[in-house]
Amino acid sequence: MAFGPYLFLAILEGLVQASVLTVTAVGLSLVFGVMRVVNVAHGEFYMLGAVFAWFVTSFITGHPALGFIAALVISPLIVGAIAFASERLVLKRLNYDPEATIVATIGLLYIFQQSALIFFGPNAQAVEPPFYWRIRFPWFGYDGYKLFIIAAAIVLMGVVWYLMKHTKAGLVMRATQLDRETAQAFGINVDNVSAYVFALGAMLAAVAAVLVVPIQQAHYLMGLDPLLLSFIVVIIGGLGSIQGTIIAAIIIGLSDGILSVFFSPTLAKMVSTLLVAFVLIFRPNGLFGKAER
Amino acid sequence: MSANHIGRNLILLAVVLAIAFVMQFVLPTYYVLTITRMMVLAVFAVGYNMLLGYVGLLSLGHAIFFAAGLYFAGLATYHLGISVPVAFLIGIAAAFLLALAIGVVALPTMRVSFMIVTLMFAQVGFLTTLYFAEYTGGQDGLSLPHAARQFDFFGTTFSLANEQVRFNLAFGLLAIALGVSFLVLTSRRGRIFAAIRENEGRTEMLGFNVFASKLEAFLYSGTIAGAAGAAYGLLFGYVGSTFASIQYSIEVLLFTLLGGAGTLLGPLLGVLLMTTLIDRLSELTTAYLLVIGVVLIVLVLWFPKGILGTIRERWLPWLM
Amino acid sequence: MTKSIFSEGSIITRRTALKGFAAGASLLASPHVPRAQTGGTIKLGAPFHRTGIGASYGRWYERTAQAAVKLINEGGGINGKMIEMIVEDDGTDPKRGTEVIEKFATEHKVDVVFGHLFSHVVAAAGPRAGELKLPYLVCSEGHQLAGGGLNRYTFQPGITDVKSQVASMAPWISKNLGKKVTMLFPDYAFGHNHRDYFSEAIKAQGGEISALIPIPPTESSFTRYFPQIPSDTEVIYHVMVGPAVLTFVKELGDHFGSTRPQIFGFIDSLEAVDLATPQLEYLDGTYFWEAAPRYAQKDQTEFDKFFREKVGVDANGASTSDPKDVSTYSHMFSVWETLFVIKQAMEMAKYEGPDQKKDFILALESLDKFSASNEHPQGDKVFNGKTHQVFGKQNISKVEGGKLNVVHTTSIEDGMYEPEVDYTKMEL
Repeated sequence: MAFGPYLFLAILEGLVQASVLTVTAVGLSLVFGVMRVVNVAHGEFYMLGAVFAWFVTSFITGHPALGFIAALVISPLIVGAIAFASERLVLKRLNYDPEATIVATIGLLYIFQQSALIFFGPNAQAVEPPFYWRIRFPWFGYDGYKLFIIAAAIVLMGVVWYLMKHTKAGLVMRATQLDRETAQAFGINVDNVSAYVFALGAMLAAVAAVLVVPIQQAHYLMGLDPLLLSFIVVIIGGLGSIQGTIIAAIIIGLSDGILSVFFSPTLAKMVSTLLVAFVLIFRPNGLFGKAER
Repeated sequence: MSANHIGRNLILLAVVLAIAFVMQFVLPTYYVLTITRMMVLAVFAVGYNMLLGYVGLLSLGHAIFFAAGLYFAGLATYHLGISVPVAFLIGIAAAFLLALAIGVVALPTMRVSFMIVTLMFAQVGFLTTLYFAEYTGGQDGLSLPHAARQFDFFGTTFSLANEQVRFNLAFGLLAIALGVSFLVLTSRRGRIFAAIRENEGRTEMLGFNVFASKLEAFLYSGTIAGAAGAAYGLLFGYVGSTFASIQYSIEVLLFTLLGGAGTLLGPLLGVLLMTTLIDRLSELTTAYLLVIGVVLIVLVLWFPKGILGTIRERWLPWLM
Repeated sequence: MTKSIFSEGSIITRRTALKGFAAGASLLASPHVPRAQTGGTIKLGAPFHRTGIGASYGRWYERTAQAAVKLINEGGGINGKMIEMIVEDDGTDPKRGTEVIEKFATEHKVDVVFGHLFSHVVAAAGPRAGELKLPYLVCSEGHQLAGGGLNRYTFQPGITDVKSQVASMAPWISKNLGKKVTMLFPDYAFGHNHRDYFSEAIKAQGGEISALIPIPPTESSFTRYFPQIPSDTEVIYHVMVGPAVLTFVKELGDHFGSTRPQIFGFIDSLEAVDLATPQLEYLDGTYFWEAAPRYAQKDQTEFDKFFREKVGVDANGASTSDPKDVSTYSHMFSVWETLFVIKQAMEMAKYEGPDQKKDFILALESLDKFSASNEHPQGDKVFNGKTHQVFGKQNISKVEGGKLNVVHTTSIEDGMYEPEVDYTKMEL
């Protein structure tokens, strides 16, 4: 294939990857921004989103779109509930101490992952996409559903932006993120905010997974890669900055997509991982991050 | 710490080591084998504890030092035919240099960033073992050649396939690691570490070079971890990418926490308990990782100081 | 700066702590789940991959082994003794796999270990088994054994190795599908084996490799690799493993549409996966290597019928109790056949216990042929006592209407290659 079309293909693939990554990473970023904790189990919420999507779609017969839409609604709700419970039962009691939370979320990771193994099984399971649309570009065929993912991600980010900037809930979250103590002084129940934000972060990861599961299948080990990538994105974009996260996700999704087309994927991963480490070293708050108060 | 306390701890250490030593004559073969593995892993945890328990830095990527020791020692025998004792030293040296390089860049970062930076470096290490699979064997790994399964020492040949030999070598390494820890803890250095852990800002203001001290601790930590890795590779004759994976970084954290971060014997206890637990549990259920997850959460919620740490807090304040 | 790593201390009292410690201690001090210490049994250690990436295979290996053990015991056991299979999970992890071998040798004191599959686990565990002088019969397909990388205690009598499988495919592919081949393979040992052996084999048939495309084993999206396939390729050879294989097929379909080259794959990609999955529609008309045909063929042997009945697999290769639970049919027969080989060799050596270990090994090395039978349902085999590796027939099947139909069966000779090692010359 000539270079031009090949690059075009690489860009498309990169955009799809960036879309899923953006939604997942924003979830992680929200949690870090408002709660100042790192959730190592974030990838498992993603995985659970895919797993529940499969459960839902296997129950609902008829046109796959029905099952898919149901999954898009139900799965994140279930995952959100699980996240909420985890937060109340475990994280709250640790007073959000950063290191303790990391250890506790590692524990959660094992629990979720192994539970998925027990109830879902070791095999990868497929979910049908809501529609089949094969686009015929002059040089190659392409799955139209992937374009849907890109569109969906854009819409979702729009919703999140609206939520943060133009609703009271968003205001409360931003206030808590900016200065927890003052927010509390103003009568905001910061504990409750934490629980809801944690749930929201998990739900975003779950939605990303539901979007991607028709093209990637649900598998109980699928959470690790998104976790690492989200970490990379959130840190490079800036701990606590949503805009930074989005920009970083697009850059990293695109560059990973394009680089790994032309170079070895393992090498590409190594380079991006090293990049994260060095960004953190020289700019401890990420590229766009705001320092802790 | 008073001389009395130091004395008591020294006696405790000696007793524990003596018991460990005697185990090889008392226990059936299977346990001798597993305890050998445990001792080497305990060395890894002792190294990790140096950083986590004594200075208060949580690294999520310590597997890279273990793996560095493992690979450099193992590959030295595999590709270059170097003898076992020299390969062991090469492994340690490699880990030391790596700790120096990573320590210098990672230590200036704080808390959460430090955790993630170490995690990232460890991931790069893991990916490197895969990328150079031609030399490292990648995920399949390499079994060390026959010549690397024995070594000469003052005229006698020791076979590394022999349980007694392995046990005693592992024991020796553990004794040295614990000894070094003990010495560091009771020295002026140890007090500076403790001061940094308790209040870094104040320690700096008092005129101590906090960065240099942290780097020192990091070097001890990485080198001891590397020694454990080199020992593991050479004693058991296998190197593979799995040892550089995140799982090993998390396991060593788990061992240290369970036994008690910041205690001398905590890592050893943690390794013992956790490995036995996994071994027994995997007979009963395939969901043993789930139990580990629960244990981690229980630990961090109710026993943040681990077993020995809790004992120290509640009943035995002289325990190191 | 906080005082310690974690925030304020615990909320336990001395009493609760003591209770906790006591409970924990009693769990750990308890003897392991007691095994019937019957002196009159032959003990077989089975390190199956119950968890980890090999879990789908491990479960079927276990079911097949249990069926075989039951059958053997119903027939009177071996030399009058019942056989007892002790299963340990190794998590498909090389380190744990090695530890489990030690456990079998020293704690359970088994007579033989069998059933390991994934090659990276075998690579670590094999040498240890050799050191412990424990007969270690692998069901792995790896070439390490026949390539001389293991030891005299290791055997692979139940399944052919990948070099043999790949080599036997080349003649048919070059004659029926095409001579210009592009290979897509996972970028680790298993994939490299395919790359190396097939390249060699197809060139020997006068064919050529159009392109070699290595793909990281954890890759989840493949669209970006397909443009690397040269437009004059006649055959695409794929052996993708892992959960992403459905994506692979679907994206392959998206990319090529109806004008595609011939496609040949190894069923390893789709073991335990239902062919009737919509995403796999694109595979219709493509070809696969199968060791044992998943779907019962028109000329199904009575042995295959017997095997399916005993293990609990229906004519579509799925579990009789759950049609969605598809088996790993091209691999699990290895466990069955290995158990019967053990029986045969032990009977030849009049094996009663570990004292006759050497006789057992010599008996194994003296075996040369297995005929298709209830004990060897996959088909005739030829065993090489020097390389410890067995050779057999391979099948090429075509996907038609969501099922696999065998179109060609190779001869045992098609997969033979020059012996690379002679274990009988080594000391025990």
